[in-house]
Amino acid sequence: MKIFKFLGMFVKYFFRGGYAFYAWLAILLALIFFGVVAYFNQLQSGLILTNMRDQVSWGFYIGNFAFLVGVAAAAVLLVIPAYIYNWGPIKEVAVYGEILAICAVSMCLLFVIVDICRPDRFWHLFPFIGNLNFPGSLLAWDVLVLNGYFALNVFIVGYLLYCEFYMIEINKALIYPLIIFSIPMAISIHTVTAYLFNGLSARPFWNSAILTPRFLCSAFCSGPAILLLLFQILQKISSFKIKDEAIFKIAELMAYCMFINLFLLAAEVFKEYYSDSHHVIHLRYLFSGIGDKTSLVPYAWVSVTFSVAAFFLFLFKQTRENYFTLNIGCFFIYFGIYFEKGMGLIVPGFTPTTLGEVYVYVPTKTEVTVGAGIFAIGFLLFTLLCKITMGIYSGELSPEGLDRPVENQPDALPA
Amino acid sequence: MKNSKKIGNISRRQFLEGTIGLGAAAAGLSGCSAPEREAFFQRHFKELSKDDLVKVVNRLETQYAEDYGKPVHVATTPPIPGVVFGYGLDLSRCIGCRRCVYACVKENNQSRKPPIQYITVLELEADKGLELFESDSYYNPSTVPAKGKIYIPVSCQQCRNPYCVRVCPVKTTWVEPDGIVVIDYNWCIGCRYCMAACPYGARHFNWTKPHIPPEEVVTETHYLGNRPRSQGVVEKCTFCLQRVRKGRYPACVEICPVGARKFGNLLDEESEIRKIIETKRVFILKPELNTQPKFYYFYGI
Repeated sequence: MKIFKFLGMFVKYFFRGGYAFYAWLAILLALIFFGVVAYFNQLQSGLILTNMRDQVSWGFYIGNFAFLVGVAAAAVLLVIPAYIYNWGPIKEVAVYGEILAICAVSMCLLFVIVDICRPDRFWHLFPFIGNLNFPGSLLAWDVLVLNGYFALNVFIVGYLLYCEFYMIEINKALIYPLIIFSIPMAISIHTVTAYLFNGLSARPFWNSAILTPRFLCSAFCSGPAILLLLFQILQKISSFKIKDEAIFKIAELMAYCMFINLFLLAAEVFKEYYSDSHHVIHLRYLFSGIGDKTSLVPYAWVSVTFSVAAFFLFLFKQTRENYFTLNIGCFFIYFGIYFEKGMGLIVPGFTPTTLGEVYVYVPTKTEVTVGAGIFAIGFLLFTLLCKITMGIYSGELSPEGLDRPVENQPDALPA
Repeated sequence: MKNSKKIGNISRRQFLEGTIGLGAAAAGLSGCSAPEREAFFQRHFKELSKDDLVKVVNRLETQYAEDYGKPVHVATTPPIPGVVFGYGLDLSRCIGCRRCVYACVKENNQSRKPPIQYITVLELEADKGLELFESDSYYNPSTVPAKGKIYIPVSCQQCRNPYCVRVCPVKTTWVEPDGIVVIDYNWCIGCRYCMAACPYGARHFNWTKPHIPPEEVVTETHYLGNRPRSQGVVEKCTFCLQRVRKGRYPACVEICPVGARKFGNLLDEESEIRKIIETKRVFILKPELNTQPKFYYFYGI
């Protein structure tokens, strides 16, 4: 019965908050409600409620999936510099990075589920029980690595929080190797997801060896952008402290990654436009449209502009070490990469089709509503996990009950 | 021993029903009718025992009879030994009339609303050669062939090295011994990876519940061929498997008014398709992708 008492305490702690917090929860719950309704309609009528058709058979859902895999991967990659550069509370940096990864992977899995038209047959994908095409299908690899990564992060976060809660010494021999192991796992989920597109020679836009490195570089920008904003919020509302240099160091690393990302994009653009073979038509659809079909063009240019602007903001010390410009940079990177990986990666791969047809894909209201619902679920999960973590680390949540007088603040672990 | 994969002492099926059963009960499946439950638990076509297959066919026939108000026969005719089917298309004869498209829709019980068509006829500028990227599949002149245009019908190329089969995460599509790439419509999860992978736009998706007027439903069907499909699965040309495995021609070959379409057994030296390969110069679409189609194009005149 102890467990129920604890659960009750956690729930009570979670619902503690001011009007702003309740307004936030209300917005998320409303979005989730509309998302669920839209999803059930889609389940009933089929994906006809989306604008995906035979010509563009993947769209908004898979674009979000590709973007969020990047977020999930990059969040954990921060653990390495945190470890190497001794950024103070490595344990907490790791925990928040992995919480973000857990939420991003959950959203990835939800986006895959809403994209699959027969979720009732989902069990066909289970190894041994169903008929998983491993190692032939990259989608089978993705199922395995995404779930493996999810389980790994849930275990690490769960273990660290459990130890903190009961004030048990963590078993470093157990947990540090796992944290380190989560780094190659993070790279592998993103690599496998890039290969998923990369391996299709029917789609020249994706069938370029540079696609996978570009995936990784852009992810190293978008994931940390979210974490930088998160760390600042956490510093304001909790006892979490991270050194300023740490934040600026992350921003500097992001500038390098963004440079490589832009360089690889330029390499791709040069090769396609200069050789001027048929394959350039996909890039052309993205950047200038085909005839009057230009629905992607604004997204493409906003993405490039934001990415270049963020690169310069993070490159110069004056703007990098000013929180105002830093946060603008994070915002630019987030949306720049979101457009690049969301709409800019999937749709031009399909347009024109393998037989030369140009079908203009724009997501429908159903797709956007379902997508917003999934993001709201992700944010809700993130809020919940962060709040519990904050409570445990501050000592407000402990086995003795709520609001035990704080005697000994948990020390930062030596790195 | 493909029907008796064992896990410990229990068969895979028992294991599956045990484990999934728990989850399904929780999910409210226990409230479903028996046929719905059977459909949920149905295994992959290649893992069905003979008895299971009979049960599945009976269930499908009952359901189709209910849906369309007339008996629909679902065959499971196996491939004929010593036969690998190949297709020839004479581009110099094709006039772009699309009769093949409509015959195919009818024979294969394709959805009329929204329309699904296995054959896409592309209209090209004659002076640009076989340039698929400049094609128009929505051409609509008052008479065909239009001046200065050439026509090329494209459907499943029945590749020997098919991308679609390689990428399918649940092995729901495979190459049969007679060379036909088939789909188990009852196993497909609707992820559409195969559609992204196909270089010929041959695969089509049931974006909603397919609609066929009951009076137009063709009742002689095959499990892997033209039986009516459900919402949320991929389908494509099967060389009219339901016909060709009984020695008939595909519907498109039969209907073609100019005799542009040829069909036969690639392993039979006397077959028409072999004669064409030997006497004409045939080519395949997108050879650089190494898909190795069994669908050959040629210029007969």
